[in-house]
Amino acid sequence: MVSSEKRAETVLLQPGFLAPVTEEGDDESREDHGVALDLRGLNAWYGSFQALRGVTMPVPRHRITAIIGPSGCGKSTFIRCLNRMNELIPGFRLGGAVLFDNQDLYAKGIDPVEVRRRIGMVFQKPNPFPKSIYDNVAFGARINGYEGRLDEIVERALRQSALWDEVRDKLHKSALALSGGQQQRLCIARALAIEPEVILMDEPCSALDPVATLKIEDLMRELARDYTIVIVTHNMQQAARVSDFTAVMMMAEDRAGELIEYGPTREIFTKPQNKRTEDYITGRFG
Amino acid sequence: MTRTAFERQLTEIQEDMLVLASMVETAIKSSIEALKGRDVELARRVVTQDLKVNRKRYETEEKCLELIATQQPLASDLRVIVSVLHITVDLERMGDHAEGVAKVALMLSDEPPLKPYIDIPRMAEVCIQMLNGALDAFKDRDSARARAICDMDDEVDALYDQVYRELLTYMANDPRTIERATQLTWVAHNLERIADRVTNICERVVYLVEGHIEELNVSKY
Repeated sequence: MVSSEKRAETVLLQPGFLAPVTEEGDDESREDHGVALDLRGLNAWYGSFQALRGVTMPVPRHRITAIIGPSGCGKSTFIRCLNRMNELIPGFRLGGAVLFDNQDLYAKGIDPVEVRRRIGMVFQKPNPFPKSIYDNVAFGARINGYEGRLDEIVERALRQSALWDEVRDKLHKSALALSGGQQQRLCIARALAIEPEVILMDEPCSALDPVATLKIEDLMRELARDYTIVIVTHNMQQAARVSDFTAVMMMAEDRAGELIEYGPTREIFTKPQNKRTEDYITGRFG
Repeated sequence: MTRTAFERQLTEIQEDMLVLASMVETAIKSSIEALKGRDVELARRVVTQDLKVNRKRYETEEKCLELIATQQPLASDLRVIVSVLHITVDLERMGDHAEGVAKVALMLSDEPPLKPYIDIPRMAEVCIQMLNGALDAFKDRDSARARAICDMDDEVDALYDQVYRELLTYMANDPRTIERATQLTWVAHNLERIADRVTNICERVVYLVEGHIEELNVSKY
């Protein structure tokens, strides 16, 4: 039990308790790290079909940004624009700019492989290679010609993805023997091993059970200390639980995806500014 | 399942609530000290600090709403958040009552004391014991203790009646005391309300632990 005096003392000792009252709120406890990716008027086409129109928003560094919206609103197209994954699709065209550290990722002379090294991706379905756990994680480093101590890289990435304790004794066993949740964490470890700055996650939990999902969510919060994370999710509750910022996308009449609202997650889920966001998050639309 | 971030946020709102409670406790004690010592400076500080109390309440409320909106709290988690929401409202109102006492202290600071203050400080003392007991019951999730705290409200009610009757006697005997005596009945009234608010907190502790809402402040006095 804390005595009354002790408890009062604690308060009186709090910095500023006896200082003059001002109107400013408390400082945000988390430091602002600026913007990692800056999207300016992003348009995307598959042939003649416009899949994205005029998406402009920042992706803050060392934060989790969630993209939500109904099926077909362009979420996956959007996230794949952020590391030039869509270029692999014939007929794809892009307009506007994706600035990464103020450099346009689509400018001439930018190597898409280097872009994908710095901006890694984790997919909907866990997709480990049919190799050992160790080789999965070491894969990226090997193909990038890294000749240092692979063991260290593998261990660090597995620790970062909260998988080390579960697999340390079976590193040379097949990755396919792991559970779905473990496989997804392995894929995250594989992405981390090549030391990206941004991790894109496209529905990373849709193939997982609730326990594995919460593990990935905890992991995301851990990773956000050092990495910038963008997650596309169908699961609105997941976006609410895990993200710092939320972008809401909707399909326009011509089926092009548009950004209708972007802001801090707590604002989006407590007082959205756009009626369509309100309808979507309260389950009255979409 | 872990939900580390959510656990941290749940702890944080409870800590915020306890900090708010400490601020209110300080305000109650200081207001009575200011009254007894005719300490204008201290009384003014209680009035100013009430702005901080209010702000802390709204900050905590916003955090609770954010948790409800984003974390899908259920069962005991939901009850913690709902309890904190209710208790912070009661604490903030208790802060207002302390501010009321401090304002009387300011008004009476130039006047000679009507009588030695004995029962009024005793009322404040019981209020603070009740508040601390209720907060310990909250922290320990002890509904039996919460129920026991409510019984102490009868003592505060009895003291209030005693003070009230005594002040009426003063007023009847000497009309020059009416203004001061009326102010002092306000002080006693504020303290009596503070004790009532503590019983609300106890009701929330019972809700938190047992999951049902039960009215506890049915005075036997």
